[in-house]
Amino acid sequence: MKDPCAHCEEMMQPYMDHVLTDDELVQAEAHLDDCEYCRKRYKFEESLRVYVRQAVAEPMPAELRQKLAALRIPLD
Amino acid sequence: MEADAEEAQRLATEARDRVRFEEDALALSDQVYRVARHLAASREDADELMQETYARAFRSWRSFQPGTNMRAWLLRILTNLNIDRGRRQQRAPQMQPLEANDYYLYDRLAENEDGVSDEDRVVERLSQDDIVTALSAVPHDFRDVIVLVDLGDFSYADAAQILDIPVGTVMSRLHRGRRILKRELAESALEEAS
Repeated sequence: MKDPCAHCEEMMQPYMDHVLTDDELVQAEAHLDDCEYCRKRYKFEESLRVYVRQAVAEPMPAELRQKLAALRIPLD
Repeated sequence: MEADAEEAQRLATEARDRVRFEEDALALSDQVYRVARHLAASREDADELMQETYARAFRSWRSFQPGTNMRAWLLRILTNLNIDRGRRQQRAPQMQPLEANDYYLYDRLAENEDGVSDEDRVVERLSQDDIVTALSAVPHDFRDVIVLVDLGDFSYADAAQILDIPVGTVMSRLHRGRRILKRELAESALEEAS
């Protein structure tokens, strides 16, 4: 029998992506209910994903927006 | 006479469809850029790629099938242009980048805490620069799927179509890519702490 926390770690990414099977989901949630060690790490992963998205978001420069609009093909 | 009128009508319809296509494509440009910025190697590359993509899209607007995902269609063009510009697609990455397990980053960050840490703020030990640098250090085959799925909100199937790789490959690269990213993040955070 595999270490339950190691197994839970394996399920972390599919859990966050909502691609676990129903059985796996029940298994993961049962373990998370009981295990603070894994719960903390799942919570961290969740915040990390949001944090990464925010950190790398870069608005499109206004100049580029104008350049793209200028590429439109004029009507005859 | 009737034929002329029909032709005029056809041209008017086509012109209207084209204008609508261009407007729809431009309305998506912010979202396309968000992804393009990190598929490209630099801000300058992203800028050029966006322009080439939109120039090509406007020329070949007829090949877009209305009702399908235009953002994915634009990014497919952009990805192909990116490869044409010299970035070879690695079917099987030669270098095997080091990856860490999924709990690794948390464990490294938490062990540097002074014991009275607020659990909700562990993630804030990473700076914005750490994250941007770490993402750009992920080899591009892995980075592409992270960028499309995690930043661009594309489904595995859309990402597979955009990159022209099987869905299973998207899933395995995503899984490994996120672990590589976390290892990179752990390294940069620890460098700062030491």
